[in-house]
Amino acid sequence: MKAKRLEAVNDFVIKFANVNGSGSASANELFARSILRMGVPVSPRNIFPSNIQGLPTWYEVRVTERGWLGRRGGVDLMVAMNPQTWNQDLAEIAPGGYLFYDSTRPLPQSRLREDINAIGMPLTDICNATYDDSRQRQLFKNIIYVGALAALLDMDAGAIAELIGEQYKGKEKLLKPNLNAMQMGRDYALAHLDCPIGLRVRKADAVGKKIFMEGNSAAALGAVYGGATVCAWYPITPSSSVAEAFERYCKRLRVDQASGKNKFAIVQAEDELASIGMVTGAGWNGARAFTATSGPGISLMSEFIGLAYFAEIPVTIIDVQRGGPSTGMPTRTQQSDILCTAYASHGDTKHVLLFPEDPKECFEFTALALDLADRLQTPVFVMTDLDIGMNTRLCDPLEWDDSRTYDRGKVMSAEELQAGKDFGRYLDVDGDGIAYRTYPGTHPTRGAYFTRGTTKDRYARYSEAGPDYVDNMQRLLKKFETAKTLVPKPLLTPAQHPARFGAIYFGSTSPAMAEALDSLAAQGTYVNALRVRAFPFQDEIADFIAAHSKVFVVEQNRDAQLKTLLVNEAHVNPASLISVLHYDGTPVTARYIVKEISAVSAALNVRPLKQDKAA
Amino acid sequence: MTYLTKPKLHHPTLKTNKVGYTRRDYEGKISTLCAGCGHDSISASIIQACWELDIQPHRVAKLSGIGCSSKTPDYFLGSSHGFNSVHGRMPSVLTGANLANRELIYLGVSGDGDSASIGIGQFAHIMRRGVNLTYVLENNGVYGLTKGQFSATADAGSKSKRGVINRDAPVDTVSLALQLGASYVARSFSGDKKQLVPLIKGAIAHQGAAFIDVVSPCVAFNNHEGSTKSYDHVREHNESVNRLDFWPTRDAIKVEYGEGTVIDLPQHDGSILRLRKIHAEYDPLDRVKALNYIAEHQAKGELVTGLLYIDPEADDLHAHLNTVDTPFNQLGAAELCPGTGPLEKLNASLR
Repeated sequence: MKAKRLEAVNDFVIKFANVNGSGSASANELFARSILRMGVPVSPRNIFPSNIQGLPTWYEVRVTERGWLGRRGGVDLMVAMNPQTWNQDLAEIAPGGYLFYDSTRPLPQSRLREDINAIGMPLTDICNATYDDSRQRQLFKNIIYVGALAALLDMDAGAIAELIGEQYKGKEKLLKPNLNAMQMGRDYALAHLDCPIGLRVRKADAVGKKIFMEGNSAAALGAVYGGATVCAWYPITPSSSVAEAFERYCKRLRVDQASGKNKFAIVQAEDELASIGMVTGAGWNGARAFTATSGPGISLMSEFIGLAYFAEIPVTIIDVQRGGPSTGMPTRTQQSDILCTAYASHGDTKHVLLFPEDPKECFEFTALALDLADRLQTPVFVMTDLDIGMNTRLCDPLEWDDSRTYDRGKVMSAEELQAGKDFGRYLDVDGDGIAYRTYPGTHPTRGAYFTRGTTKDRYARYSEAGPDYVDNMQRLLKKFETAKTLVPKPLLTPAQHPARFGAIYFGSTSPAMAEALDSLAAQGTYVNALRVRAFPFQDEIADFIAAHSKVFVVEQNRDAQLKTLLVNEAHVNPASLISVLHYDGTPVTARYIVKEISAVSAALNVRPLKQDKAA
Repeated sequence: MTYLTKPKLHHPTLKTNKVGYTRRDYEGKISTLCAGCGHDSISASIIQACWELDIQPHRVAKLSGIGCSSKTPDYFLGSSHGFNSVHGRMPSVLTGANLANRELIYLGVSGDGDSASIGIGQFAHIMRRGVNLTYVLENNGVYGLTKGQFSATADAGSKSKRGVINRDAPVDTVSLALQLGASYVARSFSGDKKQLVPLIKGAIAHQGAAFIDVVSPCVAFNNHEGSTKSYDHVREHNESVNRLDFWPTRDAIKVEYGEGTVIDLPQHDGSILRLRKIHAEYDPLDRVKALNYIAEHQAKGELVTGLLYIDPEADDLHAHLNTVDTPFNQLGAAELCPGTGPLEKLNASLR
């Protein structure tokens, strides 16, 4: 029986199953970028192990003319290049979907599936016949299958050639063989395979001015634009590429032309304790400083975060979240550091969190975090995650306003001290809970103070007196209220029709949520959606919850951490909140959100009106 | 220990230094440590050294960790910014502060619990990185604030006040600093101000990682018979290899000594460190020999003091990182923000 054939144009998922370290990553990215060049949005994701060589790795590309950048789920075409994962890869293909595999060694029918379309190409044979060197055979095999896919999917070979040309510009030795390999793959497919298959890429105009960038690079660039001069870090997946990108951008953008000297300092510290210590010392001394880390690093940094909170020192921390607890899932994504950052360290603490949705917001929020840390004299967290940080994502171009200056917050100058202005390091003169600070070395006789993690009075004198302690703790709360007026406001996406249900989401859930709202509306379920972009929560968030009978809180962790924070800090009735939780380490999909919300809303709709009101 | 407030008025005839300050201007709050504590003598030596060096007090940043020793920055240089950070983490905070403003003088004060136990990692790495600082370790072999537990620098075989014998091998911070690349390494005794003040001055003048281990008896918990960090024990076993004189400029050197007994070490700031040898065979310019000498004498139960090693050509973390001369904390958006031009180019390259 012949399998049915999936038919789709510019709307399908292709997944590459490879072996880590085999050089597949650049070929796969070349494939994704070629589709972008054809004006069709793609959303690629690396699914990789905590390993350098040998373990399975996957690259999933969602081709989506409508621009749905969340993970879709399911696979329409599998490029199965890893015998280790054959069975699992085969099982993932949707009925009617396609399997592209290396047919050098004939496979018995029993190893295939009857309801899918198998496309064999003797890749190893072709490589062995063409190349002598084993490394070349491996690397060019990847380019050859990209060429074959171009034929199978009816892609524009010119776009691929153009990209190869850009990639190897000035490296003629590499350019030619790559172009040849791609062409060889394409020619073979056109001659021997049934081209095109039911899945096709057709030129469109849906990409526009959008850029294709990793969140970690964007955050690093935000630190450059936001004026960070000190970066202290300790390597940890998935955040290491933030510091590495910072170094790359600084070498291009922050070297003083005249002297050849650096307007930046990057220190790879001995551990996370030292990296946050350096950031704290630099912040205390008036330089803008940041660190990038992930959950285990936050655990280690907690002592210093408490010091920076209590001694009121600007600190910027980029937390690229991964699966926890403990070492957890180092190469998988989650939003599970919400509570451990919001309340990091012992004693009563609360910290400012920013939740970017994509690389563009990683750029903007990192620059903003440096301003907020100075303005509020406190730690500020940029809560990104592996899904945003380590995948190239299509987003709007980055923007900067050249008239923007840095907000260095309340810093008393030598002139003000000389003029006799009263300086109390922890004295709230403006009623916003934020006191003035001085940089060390400002004035010969005035403005010096002793910074400590112990309690003190308004003039920074050591004091364990109850009233002094309470006075200080209350001022810190007032400062946190001030933070509400400074952090990014939540963004509302109203449903097209009046809706009883609301949904709250944040960070990397954003693209899946947008798609889910569209699908829900298509099936007649209308949901108003609010994207929370920061903690502390503004009143708009509580008002939004109060305006709906039920509000779904969609998040990527097991324990509903944002919901907990909402109940705790926005004084929301927990009964009005329904959690939609996804936490298996893969990015949440629109399909999953739709399924969860549909199930609950269907159940709620059959309830008698009276009972629903009581809920 | 006293609760009396110090009078702010100075006697009008008090002598001033070249920058117009009296010695009193380098003092801090009244110490809250025990009467007779070695740490207070170290504070007095720091005050003396800064006054004699004509340093403006506000150009010094003093940082510490947690413990008795780490409280002392409150008791000297009252016009300087101070930072009492977290236990064992002064080195990282100081490294960050130093990166933010290379023009200040950085003084790190720590104790043996702070540096040899909880903070041994940070101690090691600040030495490795060559941060330009003076690191004073006030070493009494005991946890004072928590009432007399052994620290990691307590010698094997030494007896606690409660009669317990320490069986663990001690951490020798001086040898560690030498191995890890510190470019100025000294040991002294809080009771020997004549030796200590010039060593502090030399450390401040040194443009690199300068480390001074100062044995500083704890009168409350480690000054008894059987302790190897008591006043009596240290006086008896102190083996000074040299004496250091500090000269602000070469021209100032007038005293002459017999040939072969002195070494003049010019510093980056133009000052001269003159070492008078007490042990003729000791060579403070040779790191490996210094390590061996210390180990040999340690085995004999002797405490080698003096300037143990110096690299007169040392550089620091800023040199390694090739940073600009202007302190980072004085750079604004005009110097740091690349602006829209490069951003547009970057956007174009990401399509």
